[in-house]
Amino acid sequence: MTHTGRSPKGPPDPSEMQNVIKMRETPMLRLEKLVKTYKTGDQALKAVDLEVPSGQVLALIGPSGAGKSTLIRCINRLVEPTSGKVWLGDTELTGLSQSALRRARRKMGMIFQEYALVERLSVMENVLSGRLGYVGFWRSFTRRYPQADVDEAFRLLDRVGLLHMADKRADELSGGQRQRVGICRALIQNPELLLVDEPTASLDPKTSRQIMRLICELCEERGLAAIINIHDVALAQRFVQRVIGLRFGAIEFDGKPDALTPDVLTTIYGEEDWEATIQKVEEDEVAAE
Amino acid sequence: MSTSSLHTHRELDDMLGTRWRKPKLVKQTWLRWVLWIGLVTYLIAAVLTIPVDWSRVYEGLDRGWQFVLAFMTPDFVTRAADIRDGMLESIIMTIAASVVGIAISIPIGLGAARNIAPLPVYMICRGIVAVSRALQEIIVAILLVAIFGFGPLAGFLTLSFATIGFLSKLLAEDIESMDRVQAEAIRSSGASWMQWINYGVQPQVMPRLIGLSMYRLDINFRESAILGLVGAGGIGATLNTAFDRYEYDTAAAILIIIIVIVMGLEYLSGLIRARVQ
Repeated sequence: MTHTGRSPKGPPDPSEMQNVIKMRETPMLRLEKLVKTYKTGDQALKAVDLEVPSGQVLALIGPSGAGKSTLIRCINRLVEPTSGKVWLGDTELTGLSQSALRRARRKMGMIFQEYALVERLSVMENVLSGRLGYVGFWRSFTRRYPQADVDEAFRLLDRVGLLHMADKRADELSGGQRQRVGICRALIQNPELLLVDEPTASLDPKTSRQIMRLICELCEERGLAAIINIHDVALAQRFVQRVIGLRFGAIEFDGKPDALTPDVLTTIYGEEDWEATIQKVEEDEVAAE
Repeated sequence: MSTSSLHTHRELDDMLGTRWRKPKLVKQTWLRWVLWIGLVTYLIAAVLTIPVDWSRVYEGLDRGWQFVLAFMTPDFVTRAADIRDGMLESIIMTIAASVVGIAISIPIGLGAARNIAPLPVYMICRGIVAVSRALQEIIVAILLVAIFGFGPLAGFLTLSFATIGFLSKLLAEDIESMDRVQAEAIRSSGASWMQWINYGVQPQVMPRLIGLSMYRLDINFRESAILGLVGAGGIGATLNTAFDRYEYDTAAAILIIIIVIVMGLEYLSGLIRARVQ
């Protein structure tokens, strides 16, 4: 085994342990007592503390209204948190000015439930809109992006198998295709973190798996961390490294996917028969071979 | 679990076989009747207060018939030069006022949309819209004729002003009902405000903006025929003169030209709207 010490995969050798510990000390994303209370008085988040090391893909599960969507929108301040802090690396986001916030948002790609493509723009315009944080107004207004951005857009579209659709309008695409464009738009930002809000909720089971697999593969290729809100517990278990269970705006569970037992699901979602929901990890790995 | 299902079943047994009707807006039957009778009585009483001089109507029928007959023999020739000049003035007035009005309406429309404008900007823009809509074109035209004198300048300014109220309001309403998530996605990429409007908002409202602009062009042309009556230039002035001289055949010719142009605009806007959907 010719271990160079730089590979993100493989067991860390002692000389690398130092780095691993350092990484643990400054996680890529850290939430401190994050609170969101809506004007209506609904407390969507109750002092959430969370650390995400770089490169980790985690799933956020929980019943509707548990605050999953609010949580990821508070991270990039599409929803303004009421109190608490959000650290992205060394930057604290909640106190940033508008222009500093725009620069910070470039580091966070977002993927949405209903794809959220701008329907009347072309696939290429949608992908390139991920570069808006980097290019000036006139360049974006006249659609004359730097060649490097255009090339990267072509590469990403090719990676997700949609290169031939580049000049189609977004509303001509199927659900799965739209979500792939959504993924390209998030990745062209060259982010460190992906915020993914119910990526499969509007897709059929097969496409759902393909999209989840694609997201997780791309995260691994690029060493990205990701927070994925997802309703489908079995799908989450299948693809992620860590699961957070949210209920009434508080974290009820934080652990490995295979630690999700019927008891745990009952604390997150309430009483129900959970046996059929939980992924049989061993069986599935066999099936996947 | 079992007790609650037992409970629902007893409730269901009570309801089976009972009559179901859509719940009425006003629950009391007597109050419903009182409201209906009151409404009908008021309508009858109100119509009776309008004075009608039947002998005058009888005389007027003849004059109206003359008018209709004139349509059978429209005279495009006798006042051809007047009609041409008036028409050109109206068309120039319409196009200039529409372009200027639409250009001013867009920023005001953005400001008057609650979901993208901060509250103070929203209040100011809604204020402008309210003033523009409250003042009817004729009233504005009379005021502007008093300031700028007779002629198409007053008409041009009147139509521009009226366009702002119309277009800003409807544009703002379209922006308010746009898909929030599409715009949110653009914002999350770190776009500036201008980029956000250009990528997240503009594509969503563009077809409606173009449709409304075409419709307003149409309205402005029709209005330009009315504004002449108060001295604000255009074909309306020619039309007014024709009526004053009892030249119903010339008036008929002018009205026919207006109808043809409006129909042409309608057809054109249909073509354009089909293209931008």
